[in-house]
Amino acid sequence: MQKVPDKLKYSFFIGCATPVLTSNYELSTRKVAEKLGIELIDIEDFACCGFPLKSVDQETSILMAARDLCIAEEHGLNICTICPGCTSMLTEVSKKLEEDSQLKKQIDRKLQKIGRTYNGGVEVKHFIRILHDDIGVEKIKKTMKKSLEGLRIAPHYGCHYMKPSGIYDRFEDPEFPKTLDELISLTGAESVNYEDKIQCCGGYVLGVDENISFALASKKLDHVKATNADAIGLLCPLCSVMYDRNQRAIERRFNKSYSLPVLFYPQILGLALGLDPTDLGLEMNRVKPTSLLDKL
Amino acid sequence: MPEKLYPKFKDEVSKTPGGENIKRCYQCGTCNVSCPIREIDEKYNPRKIIRMVILGMKERVLSSDFIWLCTACYTCQERCPQDVRIPEVMNAIKNLAVKEGHVHSSFIKQAKTIESTGWAHVMSEFEKKRRAQLELPPVYKECPEVQEVFRLTGLNKLTHAEGTG
Repeated sequence: MQKVPDKLKYSFFIGCATPVLTSNYELSTRKVAEKLGIELIDIEDFACCGFPLKSVDQETSILMAARDLCIAEEHGLNICTICPGCTSMLTEVSKKLEEDSQLKKQIDRKLQKIGRTYNGGVEVKHFIRILHDDIGVEKIKKTMKKSLEGLRIAPHYGCHYMKPSGIYDRFEDPEFPKTLDELISLTGAESVNYEDKIQCCGGYVLGVDENISFALASKKLDHVKATNADAIGLLCPLCSVMYDRNQRAIERRFNKSYSLPVLFYPQILGLALGLDPTDLGLEMNRVKPTSLLDKL
Repeated sequence: MPEKLYPKFKDEVSKTPGGENIKRCYQCGTCNVSCPIREIDEKYNPRKIIRMVILGMKERVLSSDFIWLCTACYTCQERCPQDVRIPEVMNAIKNLAVKEGHVHSSFIKQAKTIESTGWAHVMSEFEKKRRAQLELPPVYKECPEVQEVFRLTGLNKLTHAEGTG
């Protein structure tokens, strides 16, 4: 890329699940970004990252991702994602196009037909990693207004935030990840360990077999509930759909009772930064985090 | 009648993007014990699916429901001692299944949505209004370029085929 983009200015790749299903994630991310001086630029031309098409036709999925990377490049901006699915797809394709010259030729020919050019060099980063790596734990601590001491939060990493680890140059040990734990701890809250912490939410197969998908999500809710944590803290819209939006349905299906609040990490950090719960979209959470807010 | 076997099926899979390492599998079963889906339902058995491909059980694999059950968590991929990259192998198998006319309806539905709107989820008028109330910017725009992408790769033949989705 010709010019080196400002580190704290990113094109904002919001993905498709967040604005439709989890506006609370979008709201809290935008507020926290503003508070910490991270500029997120909305770009209308972005479209689907291609991830949902991987199972159907990989060439289409790669072309979709490459197109989005071209658009970020045209704007001279790196990409900030908030959906781990988008993160992995865009990261994987930028790596593939860098390493596989034959594939690049094939994709270039098709990009040309839609008037796009791919040169590469756009960095793709999940918002949580921008917080952790670019801003840093110490600096965020200095911006904090309110300690969340007394809260116990179970981090849920999900899958594509850190896996496949090869495309991410193994920034996390996928068996023992720690960035989200560190980010939770910095707020003063306790990051709670629990059984099968790295387990998947099952959201990817929701449309294929709801029973399997719900059964998988229910296991996580069981494991977190067993620790008496106040909430799950996560970073993926689909995981939130499984644990928050579908929690009642899962309770009914398996005759369980959870009432376990599920917060996006920016909602948690936002509270510590002194932001108003309404501005963080906490009223939009399906499982109301009332008892958690009362503790503060 | 015995099942017809296709000895070259494994080559077809290994030549499809994602399937390159399938022949490295030595059937240790690390994928199975790591798999959260298999823990719930044994009909999804990645070790067995790979074995079936190597044995050439093409028709049974491609027409099965179980190949669509991989949740793409990549736990098996991280642990596989032979770097088989099982979720990517599953993508290769699914891509071949689609070419043979077997595609799970939920995926075809999603592909159609992406083609027509640019995104995998459709934003309703209600949600658009709510975004405006929340002072959130309108993030989606009509994207005819995506239809061009589908035409260029030929995926439009599938999304416009009769009786799909």
